[in-house]
Amino acid sequence: MQYDEKRLTRIVATDCGSTTTKAILIEWVDGEYRQTIRGEAPTTVEAPLNDVTKGVINATQELEELARLKYKNPNLKFMENGEFVIPRKGDIGVDAYVSTSSAGGGLQMMVTGVVAAMTGESAERAALGAGAIVMDLIASNDKRMNHEKIERIRQLRPDMILMAGGEDGGTVKHVVEMAELVAGADPKPRLGSSYKLPVIYAGNKDARDEIKNTLAEKVDLIVTDNIRPKLEQENLGPARDKIHDLFMEHVMQQAPGYNKLMEWTKGPDLQNVPIMPTPAAVGNIMQAIAKEENIEVVGVDIGGATTDVFSVFTEEYIFNRTVSANLGMSYSISNVLASAGLDNIMRWVPFDINEGELRNMIKNKMIRPTTIPSLLEELVLEQAIAKEALRLAFEQHKEFASGLKGMQRQRDISEAFSQSTSGATIVNLMTLNLLVGSGGVLSHAPRRNQTVMMLIDAFLPEGITRLAVDSIFMMPHLGVLSEISTKAATEVFRKDCMVYLGTCVAPVGKGKTGKPALYAKLEFADGRKFEEEIPYGEMRLIPCGEGEVAKAHLKTSGGLILDKDKNRELTIDLHGGKVGIVLDTRGRQPFGLPTEKQERIAALKKWMNELNAYPKDILV
Amino acid sequence: MGQAYSAGLTVTDSIVLRKERILPLKGQVLVKKGDMVKADQVVAETLLPGKVVPFNLANKLGVTPAQLATYIKVQPGQQITKDTVLAANKGLFGLGFLKSEVKSPVDGEVENISAVTGQVLLREPRIPVQVKAFIDGLVTDVIENEGVIIENKSAYIQGIFGLGDETVGELKMLAETPDDELDPAKIDESCRGKILVAGAFLHFHAIDVARKHGVKAIITGGIDDQDIKKLLGYDIGVAITGHEKIGLTIVCTEGFGKITMAQKTFDLLKAFNGRKTSIHGRTQIRAGVIRPEIIIPLDFDANELITKEASLPILEPGTLIRIIRQPHFGRIAKVTALPEELTKVESETLVRILEGEFEDGTKFSMPRANVEVIES
Repeated sequence: MQYDEKRLTRIVATDCGSTTTKAILIEWVDGEYRQTIRGEAPTTVEAPLNDVTKGVINATQELEELARLKYKNPNLKFMENGEFVIPRKGDIGVDAYVSTSSAGGGLQMMVTGVVAAMTGESAERAALGAGAIVMDLIASNDKRMNHEKIERIRQLRPDMILMAGGEDGGTVKHVVEMAELVAGADPKPRLGSSYKLPVIYAGNKDARDEIKNTLAEKVDLIVTDNIRPKLEQENLGPARDKIHDLFMEHVMQQAPGYNKLMEWTKGPDLQNVPIMPTPAAVGNIMQAIAKEENIEVVGVDIGGATTDVFSVFTEEYIFNRTVSANLGMSYSISNVLASAGLDNIMRWVPFDINEGELRNMIKNKMIRPTTIPSLLEELVLEQAIAKEALRLAFEQHKEFASGLKGMQRQRDISEAFSQSTSGATIVNLMTLNLLVGSGGVLSHAPRRNQTVMMLIDAFLPEGITRLAVDSIFMMPHLGVLSEISTKAATEVFRKDCMVYLGTCVAPVGKGKTGKPALYAKLEFADGRKFEEEIPYGEMRLIPCGEGEVAKAHLKTSGGLILDKDKNRELTIDLHGGKVGIVLDTRGRQPFGLPTEKQERIAALKKWMNELNAYPKDILV
Repeated sequence: MGQAYSAGLTVTDSIVLRKERILPLKGQVLVKKGDMVKADQVVAETLLPGKVVPFNLANKLGVTPAQLATYIKVQPGQQITKDTVLAANKGLFGLGFLKSEVKSPVDGEVENISAVTGQVLLREPRIPVQVKAFIDGLVTDVIENEGVIIENKSAYIQGIFGLGDETVGELKMLAETPDDELDPAKIDESCRGKILVAGAFLHFHAIDVARKHGVKAIITGGIDDQDIKKLLGYDIGVAITGHEKIGLTIVCTEGFGKITMAQKTFDLLKAFNGRKTSIHGRTQIRAGVIRPEIIIPLDFDANELITKEASLPILEPGTLIRIIRQPHFGRIAKVTALPEELTKVESETLVRILEGEFEDGTKFSMPRANVEVIES
């Protein structure tokens, strides 16, 4: 159901995260939708308060207080007697209240398939796309013994299980065997033992009767269309919808206070607007933007516990989402160290530090996740760790965001000698138009220049890529808002959510340090000019403000290329932003840092100075 | 703004505690409301379903899944012992020549026989699980078939991080001051079954000696990350602990590295030297925060058991705080002011700060996020 500006003049949207409940106010002001005020409060889903609505009330109270100050109107009120007043009557109430949630650990799922790389992966994609954390993928061919699989299913205690396997009309044996293992494990839901675990069956339709015979008594079995009806066809929609229904019916019902919250989320005619898992809402808004602007987008949200990567690629706007469940900047920071290794973190640090001290610092951040770096040296270290967390999460994403595996493809003669196989990644940094970062370490970096540096070093964008940051991580709110007003969601997204940082130009290929790499001539509307033959291994930051465009003439040397058509010379408009235009001649494929420590520290200092990332005194 | 909410760990000489002691699956509660229980007393027990042993019987017998029904000798629900014949064929020409049979590899029960896959699931006997009281106290409520609520009055300290599960023992001070490092030479047979209190730090060697002398737990200000890795054999990625089988329980009150134990914590432990103490190292920092606990039960009267209404700790002028990040990590101070406006700190981050004063009178300011309230 969609409403227009006559029905929606004031909306409150909240995102109930694991630690913080963030509320924003969206209003119809002077002929457009704007996000006007934000407030936040600690999430209260856990002891001692055990009621998520308390945090929502606190965050909304902050909104009310700030709104009264802003509009100098002491009568403004969104809630009365602890509940939203809908629809709005003058100063009192709002026209809609919508919410997303990832509190209480979000939606945790286990998925099963027959072949891990085919039906298993399709099931995983459906679960991730619906906003879940996939605790494990269990497949007939995953090399674990059957008794090990049973033990694993029993230990996991997910919120629900999604079972896929077999194409329609194919063999039923393997998928029934998997159902037998699930039945044998007799899994229990994570929250409470008063209800049966929901299990969605989205496999071979010929096996449905056998699946019912095997599972119906032990679990709450829901049957839906096959996720992979044919090898070359993936049909994720029905399974995703079922996951969302069950998320509301089962998981949310069990979380403290959610019964009440589910009644609160309503549009102007009091029709209920379902609460959405936070990542599903982000996926919604990203796809809407990619389609509307006809661009390819990568988005990342780096949180305390997990890092989500979203991408929309190819002409069909194929959406992929991955969750790196144990890569994050506080709860999981220690795991970044364990996964990336100390050397990979230290390669981004422009000074010497005692290894033991760094390890203890990281562990202390893990056990006290809400602390913030007040010393400059600690900030530099946290940002070095963030680069590695982002890099690892993006690597996992690239591997996962692929074409369907196992498909037979007819090749033409030009492809006959190439190495491409089915299931290659569809993430192509050379065609990527926009890279959006969000999450505390990116959104709240003291200098936006640091955000640009982290995004470039972690993602290594190729060719020409615009960089942006979600100002206050509003994407979840806008994703769920788009369910009742796409207009409001996209308008606010463009005007208030996205902060454009600038554009990165990075020629691809290998060169020799100091040899010419990129000739760049930039002309600005105000008559300013920039012209330089930039050697290989350098970075340049050219100021170019928000809304400004530079007419650029770019020409590479030494075989470096600038776009997917392997052009070495381009005349193009480059968009500015809060930071400006970055010309990066450090090379791609491969990108490498000097291996010798002193040489590396000198290079880092030079680049950081050029980007104006940190105060000069730490970079001398 | 005159006050703000903040995180905090509780350190107090007297608190009314309420502990849920719940079975992982429904079972039997062994005590009743009003009973006084001891920490090591079993209050509820149940039987967990046994391990499932799956195997493909049709393949073993060399028949198709559909044919299995002809040869099967058992049925779902049937109790079996090891070597019970599960299925047998009739041999060559039905005369018993080259007859093959498949026997059960385990004792237990037949769970399922599938004519689609030929797979049989056997379930091993149930495993008994017991829940102990963990603290001396009064059973104030019984949750039918699930467990009990036990309440008592205790001296109580929340740790910041720990390893190892619940245990009970007598408190033994080995540290003289809160900045002592635990000297392994002080750990001898007199420490067997005890809970030792170190000061600011202990090395791996001290833990090793403590294990040899049967120490139940160690309480320390700080511990080194690399010593934990040596102890566990792996690096802790995400702080979900408590299940480690390392021979004793360790509770850190301050954090990683050498950090002086908070004076209040140290004094409290010293005051209760020799007392029976319940302790666990369970830590979970994500979703549903669990922190290690040190519980020293006190004498109490049933009508004293009134739990305070839950609330978030409040930061306001006069509040006692502990600094939990560099600079001044581990120091105790008092809040003097909570300026409302955002302030730029050394890292250039704009944050809400607080102004405070150390015990020696020195003044400082720092992000509010980098302190915790010492609750009492």
